[in-house]
Amino acid sequence: MTKRDIIQKTGFTLLAMCMAANIVFLGMIVFFIASRGLPAISWEFLTQAPRNAMTQGGVAPAIVGTLYLTLGAVLVALPLGVACAIYLTEYSPKGWIVNLIRISVNNLAGVPSVVFGLFGLAIFVKKAGFGVSMLSGSLTLGILALPVIISASQEALIAVPQSIREASLALGATRWETIRRVVLPAALPGILTGVILSVGRVAGETAPILFTAAAFYVKGYPKSVLSEVMALPYHIYALMTEGTHPEIQTQIAYGSSLILLALVLSVSMLAIYIRQRYRRGYNA
Amino acid sequence: MHSALHERGTANFLLNGGGLKPGHALFGEAETSGIEPKISARGVNFYYGSKRALKDINMDFSPRLVTAIIGPSGCGKSTFIRLLNRMNELVPGTRLEGEILLDGLDIVAPVCDAAELRKRVGMVFQKPNPFPKSILENVAYGLEINGSLDRRAIEEKVEDSLKKAALWDEVKDRLRESALGLSGGQQQRLCIARCLAVEPEVILFDEPCASLDPISTAKIEELILKLKKTYTIVIVTHNMQQAARVSDRTAFFLMGELIEYGATGMIFKAPRDRRTEDYITGRFG
Repeated sequence: MTKRDIIQKTGFTLLAMCMAANIVFLGMIVFFIASRGLPAISWEFLTQAPRNAMTQGGVAPAIVGTLYLTLGAVLVALPLGVACAIYLTEYSPKGWIVNLIRISVNNLAGVPSVVFGLFGLAIFVKKAGFGVSMLSGSLTLGILALPVIISASQEALIAVPQSIREASLALGATRWETIRRVVLPAALPGILTGVILSVGRVAGETAPILFTAAAFYVKGYPKSVLSEVMALPYHIYALMTEGTHPEIQTQIAYGSSLILLALVLSVSMLAIYIRQRYRRGYNA
Repeated sequence: MHSALHERGTANFLLNGGGLKPGHALFGEAETSGIEPKISARGVNFYYGSKRALKDINMDFSPRLVTAIIGPSGCGKSTFIRLLNRMNELVPGTRLEGEILLDGLDIVAPVCDAAELRKRVGMVFQKPNPFPKSILENVAYGLEINGSLDRRAIEEKVEDSLKKAALWDEVKDRLRESALGLSGGQQQRLCIARCLAVEPEVILFDEPCASLDPISTAKIEELILKLKKTYTIVIVTHNMQQAARVSDRTAFFLMGELIEYGATGMIFKAPRDRRTEDYITGRFG
C-alpha cells in the first residue's frame, strides 16, 4: 500500500466513523424515548383527555392542539413566505437591497424562539387583543417558520433552470404567466419540502407558545381560534415542572414525547417521500 | 420615411462595400425584387454594460428564406438573434441603439409588447428546453396562455404541430408521459413543435443542433428546409457545413460586426472579404 492509499483509507474510515456516530446518537434518542414512553402509550392515552390532576387519562387534546397550531402556522407562513420568495427571486431588481433582505431573513432564522414568544405576547396577545389563543400562537409560530419557508422557496425557485423560463417567455407568455405556470410548478416539490420541514420545527416548539397560546389544562377541545389550547411540547414541559405526582407525570411526559417525536418524524418522512416522488422533474 | 427600395439599396451598398458592379449583386434580382424584408435591422448597436457587443448592424431578412449567421464564439451572433424577439431584455444592464423592424414596424419601440412580439417571432434554443411537463402539455402551453381555443381544438393543434415537427409518429402513444423522457433530438423537435403551435411568422434557431448527435442533427436540418416554405427562418450555427446545407443566405459576424452577407453559395465559394475566407477555410475561429 502506498502512502496515498493509506491517507485515503484513513480519511474514509474517519468519515465512516463520524457517520456512525450520528446514527448512534439518533438511534439512542429514539430508543431512549421509545423505551421510556412506550409503556405509557395506549388507546386511552391517544384518545382521551387528562384526568385526576394529569395522572390519568390521555393527551388527546394536546395532540389536537398541536395539530391545530401547526396547521395555523402553515396557513400564516406559506402564502407570505412563498410570495416573498417569488418577489425576491423573480421580480426584484438584483442589488444590495435584495441582498440585505436576504441576509435579514437568514438572521431572522437565528433569533431564539423565546424572543418570538415575547414578540407574540406583546403584539398579538396584548396589542392586537387576541389574548392567549390559538390565533396568537399560530401567528407567532408562523412568523417563526417564515425564514425557513422563504429560504427554502428561494432555493427551489433559483434551482429552476433559466432555460425553461426563456422557453415560456419565447412562446409569448408574460413573466407572471411564466412564474405561475412553469416556474412555480417546477419549484413546488422544493417549496413543499421546506414547508414540511418547517412544520416539523414548529410542531415541536415550546417557547413561542408559552405566553401566546398554551394552557396547562383546558377542558375539552378548542372551540374557536380565540381559545387557549393544550399542546404537546408545553404539556411535556408542564408535566415535568408542575403538579403533585412527579413519578407518574414523568411517565406521561415520556409517552407524550414519543408521540411528538413520531409526529415530527412522520412529517419529515412525508417531506422525503414528496421530494423523491417529484424528483423526476427537471433534473431527472 | 425611406422607400423599401431605397432601404434595400442602402443594405446592398453596405454589403457590397460599394465597389461591385450591379451584376455582382449579392442576391439575384429575381430573388429580392418586389419582396419586402420580413425583418430589418437598422443601425443596431448593443451594449452589455459599457461593452459594445454589436456594432452598427444593418441587415435584412427576406420572408420564406433561411438566413444563417456564422462566426466564431463571442462574435455577437447569438446576441443579435436574441434581439429579434427581445430576449436580451431579460439580461440586466444591456442597452440597444437603432431600430429593428418587423413588417416595417419597430419592435424595439416601447409601445411594442414583448409577449405579443414573441408570439410572432418564435425561438428554438441551443439546448432543448422542454418544460418538466407531459409532451401534450408542452405543445399545448403556448395555446393555453393565449386562451382562445377549447380543449379539443388544442389537442388537434397539438397533433398538427407534432406532425409538422416530424415527431408525431414517435410520441403519439405517449403524449401524456413526461417530455423529459424523450431523447435529446426528440426534445429539440418537441421544442420546435411547441414553437409551431403558436403559429409564429418567424422562427429563430439559436444553434439548435449544438447538443445533438449527427442523426438528430440531420432530422432537424430536414425539418428546417421543410419549414422555410411557410416561415422566415434565421439560424445561428457554429457548423459551417450546416449553414451551407440549410441556408439560402449567410451572414458572417466577427467581433460584433457584420463582415459579409450574401447568397450562401457566394459566401462559401467566393467570399469577398479576406476575414470571411479565413474563417470558412478554417484558418481561425
